[in-house]
Amino acid sequence: MGRLCLGMDGEELTEQETALYDRQIRVWGAGAQRRLSKAHVLVCGITGTIAEFCKNIVLAGVGSLTLVDDRVVTEDALSANFLIPSDENVYAGKTLTELCRDSLKDFNPMVRVSVEKGRPLMPLFPDIIEIKNILHLDLTGDLSSFGSEFYGKFDVVVVSCCSFTTKKKNEETIECELHYPSFEESISVPWKSFPRRFSKQYFAMRVIERFEEAEQRKPGELSIADLPAVLKLKKELCEAQSLNESHIPNALLERLVTDTREFPPVCPIIGGILGQEVIKTISEKGDPVKNFFFFDAMDGKGIIEDVSGNP
Amino acid sequence: MASRKHLAAVKGAKVLMVGAGGIGCELLKTLALSGFQDIHIIDMDTIEVSNLNRQFLFRQSHVGQSKAKVAREAVLKFRPEISITSYHANVKDSDFNVDFFKQFNVVLNGLDNLDARRHVNRLCLGADVPLIESGTTGFLGQVTVHVKGRTECYECQPKPAPKTYPVCTITSTPSKFVHCIVWAKELLFAKLFGDKNQANDLNVRSSDGASSSKQAEDVFEHRDDEDIEQYGRRIYDHVFGYNIEQALSNEETWKNRNRPKPMYIRDVMLNELGQQNGSVEKNGAANEVYSVSAMASLGMKNPQDIWSLMENSRVFLEALKLFFMKRQKEIGNLTFDKDDQLAVEFVTAAANIRAASFGIPLHSLFEAKGIAGNIVHAVATTNAIIAGLIVIEAIKVLQNDTKNYRMTYCLEHPARKMLLMPVDPFEPNKSCYVCSETPLSLEINTHRTKLRDVVEKIVRATLGMGLPLIMHGSALLYEVGDDLDEDMVANYAANLDKVLSELPTPVTSGTMLTIEDFLQELSCKINIKHREEFDEEKEPDGMVLSGWTQAPAVAQDDKKSTANAGSSSSASSSMEPEKTDDIETTPGKKRKLSEVSESANPELSSVAGSSTRNPEKLELVDDDDDLVIFDNWDSVTDKKIKCNVSSSS
Ligand SMILES: [Zn+2]
Repeated sequence: MGRLCLGMDGEELTEQETALYDRQIRVWGAGAQRRLSKAHVLVCGITGTIAEFCKNIVLAGVGSLTLVDDRVVTEDALSANFLIPSDENVYAGKTLTELCRDSLKDFNPMVRVSVEKGRPLMPLFPDIIEIKNILHLDLTGDLSSFGSEFYGKFDVVVVSCCSFTTKKKNEETIECELHYPSFEESISVPWKSFPRRFSKQYFAMRVIERFEEAEQRKPGELSIADLPAVLKLKKELCEAQSLNESHIPNALLERLVTDTREFPPVCPIIGGILGQEVIKTISEKGDPVKNFFFFDAMDGKGIIEDVSGNP
Repeated sequence: MASRKHLAAVKGAKVLMVGAGGIGCELLKTLALSGFQDIHIIDMDTIEVSNLNRQFLFRQSHVGQSKAKVAREAVLKFRPEISITSYHANVKDSDFNVDFFKQFNVVLNGLDNLDARRHVNRLCLGADVPLIESGTTGFLGQVTVHVKGRTECYECQPKPAPKTYPVCTITSTPSKFVHCIVWAKELLFAKLFGDKNQANDLNVRSSDGASSSKQAEDVFEHRDDEDIEQYGRRIYDHVFGYNIEQALSNEETWKNRNRPKPMYIRDVMLNELGQQNGSVEKNGAANEVYSVSAMASLGMKNPQDIWSLMENSRVFLEALKLFFMKRQKEIGNLTFDKDDQLAVEFVTAAANIRAASFGIPLHSLFEAKGIAGNIVHAVATTNAIIAGLIVIEAIKVLQNDTKNYRMTYCLEHPARKMLLMPVDPFEPNKSCYVCSETPLSLEINTHRTKLRDVVEKIVRATLGMGLPLIMHGSALLYEVGDDLDEDMVANYAANLDKVLSELPTPVTSGTMLTIEDFLQELSCKINIKHREEFDEEKEPDGMVLSGWTQAPAVAQDDKKSTANAGSSSSASSSMEPEKTDDIETTPGKKRKLSEVSESANPELSSVAGSSTRNPEKLELVDDDDDLVIFDNWDSVTDKKIKCNVSSSS
């Protein structure tokens, strides 16, 4: 498989690139733009948020973008994804990734966008979405069939949805100079070691994950009927972790089990932050945030938390 | 959160978007995805290549077409069932009056200039329609909500004035590259290629003063029989050699400054004289005016390169020659345009030669273009984030969820752990001349200043009125409109040339003038105070308007730019992160942010079109009900915030 991107064999940006990327080169410089155009990004799982993310890095001018998600278009997928044409004649019989690829290619002819076959992945929560470790692979059994050679081709891998019911982990991790902890390392940090004012979303997300795992649910496969069981699990986890229960408001858990669809205005916010962090990582301009980002449309705050165990 | 209760509010709403650019493309897409069904969009611009890296609804094949129309068509492809109405027009057109605005439930701004923002603010106040205002630059951005009577209006806090440079810094004593750019663009370029009747300070500082000015004027004329290469070398020697020698003869100026070095073409290009400087023919049959390029004909490719003095001199001569050979017809009518390649080349070269003369570091064409064109630093991600935040606020406004309105700041580095920081909106400023009735006060010499100066500098430039009417009691002094009869027009024209105290209804100290704008439905009062003398450097207009707190000037690349609120800083946003520690707050403890930050950053507030605030209390929205009070808003947005609270100093 070729990894050539148009106009990028030399060290200098072409005239065409300088003209197209003029405004952003003024933000991050020509060197960063060159590094971007040599980077290869893999995305597993298409959601509205990920559609936004893909748009951002294609516009920014990465070398290539590879999409993995074999699901076909459903009404849910249409609702927050502007990459899918609404014409049924166009989308019938095509996978999400094929449709997104066709739209993304149009955004920037200098970026190679391609699709790899892979098993479907599940959507994330709507309001509160974590940017999971974007530098380390955190793969489910579904994806591990690709093997380390496949992943080794990419500079950045974004996994938008993780199925916690499948625990076969791929051991391959991408080297990262910053040595940020992996997602697994992060979530194993004891809760009581966090500062008092730690993000409530973080704990709430862990409760939901544990619930889905225990119940063999797919991510987001929840309803209000699950609330009593979720609250019970919260109590147990808080006791086990010596955390005061007030750190995980019941109202927040209630929102998480009821609103499982993406809220469209939140997609560009998370997709924007995610894009920015990936651009920082690739371009080596600035350290990416360390290491969790939370946004809640209810209070409007976009918060960074350091979940590394050694803040 | 994506629930039915939103959908009802969103579905029935009719919204107006002003601007289909960087924020506008993102916003239109997000509105459509969020269920909005009746969207109107106004934009006067057409699509350019440099838009394509972030205005993702546009393609190469759309270059030159209306942004509003193309954006509409692109969004209808994934949401064909909704109604989008596009207007390829200026929002300041009289079609878009208060009645037009009244049909909307909310107005969303994605504009790039202060002038249009102020205009829309007034129409929203006049029509009593909530306005959501936004702005971005680089990784910084903000969204604010303006609801008449409930929150401050867009103009409650005066916007920082664009930076201007003293004339003598530009003409005689430049110390920064930007001074050389201003000289090259506003004086030299304008002198050679612009309107010959415009006043121009290019030669103003020669030591023998007025006597030689007539002669000096003639220097710039291209004589019919003169060889164009000869003419270019003559101009070069005059502006970089002779004029510098003239300036050097004024010893007083150089007592505490480095003396500039006069540049003559024979010294700079010792080996090249008499040689062809390039081949015009290489441009081939290019008819496209903007494709004429000195770089191309000299075989220079990389706009990021910093040219040597000799290279700059070659570009200067080549560009000048190309203007006369390829674009003769335009000479006399040209104004600098950042998208005009040849103009950018000429200005870059001229600024660099001047910089070399004054010992100032040289810059690449890419950098010079940014400074000369006041180019906004822009990335797609910030625009996307801001568009999402606009829609969240719009949904609150439509639900009349007043207690949850927020202004949100998008920061480059986290402050208090936040990258997106929501803040309670401010109350209206009781002394705002736009949304309150408080009169302004104007100090002016009523015996010397003409009504024309008041109209141009105060009513139009400062108060931002496009169709003004000026009354003294019930007597009309001045008015603009299509429906005036000839007598009145003549009458007003005569008034413009009269000094205030000699108007038919004399304006003297203590006079209260009423100024109205018909289109904006804005009326304000100005109290006149006579003053005899004004400081030429500090008060060059010879008048001082007050009554509504003036904001400090902010560094701006272009001394004449008043329009582009989105591009006011010369410093590019550094991506180098500053170490930022989390602020640990303890319950119940009130903390002043000024304790934890070092310096103010006017960049975000000015750039994104917000106000520079005087020290005032700002409450941060906080779920634990701890009150955080910021003494100075600017410090919150400072990318260099350094927090060291829990440990020692
Ligand atoms: Zn106001």
